Amino acid sequence: MSRTTLDLWVGFFVAVGLGALLFLALKVGNMASSSSGDTYAIQAKFDNIGGLKVRGAVKSAGVVVGRVAEIRFDPEAYLAVVTIKVDARYKFPRDTFATINTSGLLGEQYIGFEVGGDTAMLNPGDTIKKTQSAVVLEKLISQFMFNKAAENGDKDKK
Amino acid sequence: MVRALRGLGQRVTAAIWRLGYASRFFLAMLLHSGTALRRLHLTIREIYFTGVLSLIIILVSGMFVGMVLALQGYDTLARYGSTEALGVLVSLSLVRELGPVVAALLFASRAGSAITAEIGMMKATEQLSAMEMMAVDPIARVVAPRFWGGVMSMPLLAALFSAMGIFGGYLVGVQLIGVDEGSFWSQMQASVDFREDILNGVIKSFVFGIIVSWVAVFEGYDAEPTAEGVSGATTRTVVTSSLAILAADFILTAFMFTGT
Repeated sequence: MSRTTLDLWVGFFVAVGLGALLFLALKVGNMASSSSGDTYAIQAKFDNIGGLKVRGAVKSAGVVVGRVAEIRFDPEAYLAVVTIKVDARYKFPRDTFATINTSGLLGEQYIGFEVGGDTAMLNPGDTIKKTQSAVVLEKLISQFMFNKAAENGDKDKK
Repeated sequence: MVRALRGLGQRVTAAIWRLGYASRFFLAMLLHSGTALRRLHLTIREIYFTGVLSLIIILVSGMFVGMVLALQGYDTLARYGSTEALGVLVSLSLVRELGPVVAALLFASRAGSAITAEIGMMKATEQLSAMEMMAVDPIARVVAPRFWGGVMSMPLLAALFSAMGIFGGYLVGVQLIGVDEGSFWSQMQASVDFREDILNGVIKSFVFGIIVSWVAVFEGYDAEPTAEGVSGATTRTVVTSSLAILAADFILTAFMFTGT
């Protein structure tokens, strides 16, 4: 086989291979959406983060506005400190309320921002004051059971 | 008893000696790679023989693996009512594991064996000695281009395998079974991370490319210069590199995808 045909085939092969990589990066992966733009970091302290994970979503009104960057344990206050990277396009008021929600009954956990009415905005490095912990299903169920049992006990007495 | 012990010792010593020889061979090959990369047409020729000629088998098997994954995955996911996750299942299993590993196994049997047989035959017909006579270093002229050709082809082939598999999964999942197309792609994009998943898959396939090419050229160079020796070396290439790929995959997966 002559050298030019060989070069042509190899060039074709390399181009197709790189095309496949590009397809994986753009169409299959999240390169097109996630790595765009700057972020700023804010912190939030939670009593209990449940099953929240690093890289979990941060949503406001159901739209992803940031990602969980780091989860630490504060050994003095015994709280979970979550560092959140928020998309720099979005600013949130000072009194934003951060809750840990679950998508669906068994889905992933994410942080939801409920926006307050303060005119001052959260600056990079600020800490969100008002937070609500994850709902632990077992606790809910046991509470419900105890209540039921207590109710039944009252009925028996009467 | 003593004889059995002696036989065991001999075998272990021989294995270690061979491993050392292979490592020295690897270093010599790296030292001589400069020539192979400077005279690029030698390497390009090898990319043609190892990469381009493996295209068909890689593309077809990638497609079928993806289609089977979609069929089987749909069956299981339907039981839990989460068939929209089919895209995630197909793409993650291909990009992380099946793409690099199966492509490397195919590559070992398609291209690795051919490299070994070729170098082994060159040795058997004393072409390598003839080159040395002419003051041409066979490692620089014959071995290093084949090694680099394999190393360069492997990541591209693995990426093609994964892409083809995802396309096959799309064909079966969306077109044939009727999973919703929007959620198929969007859930896939939401859970496949470029750095964590795709780049790690590329690193894996690169490592597998080094393993397969190294084993192939070494077995060929080390083959007994007889017809029997060459056939034995070819078999050893496929067996050794397949086992090495699977072992390396376990180690790489343990490092890459656990934690967090």
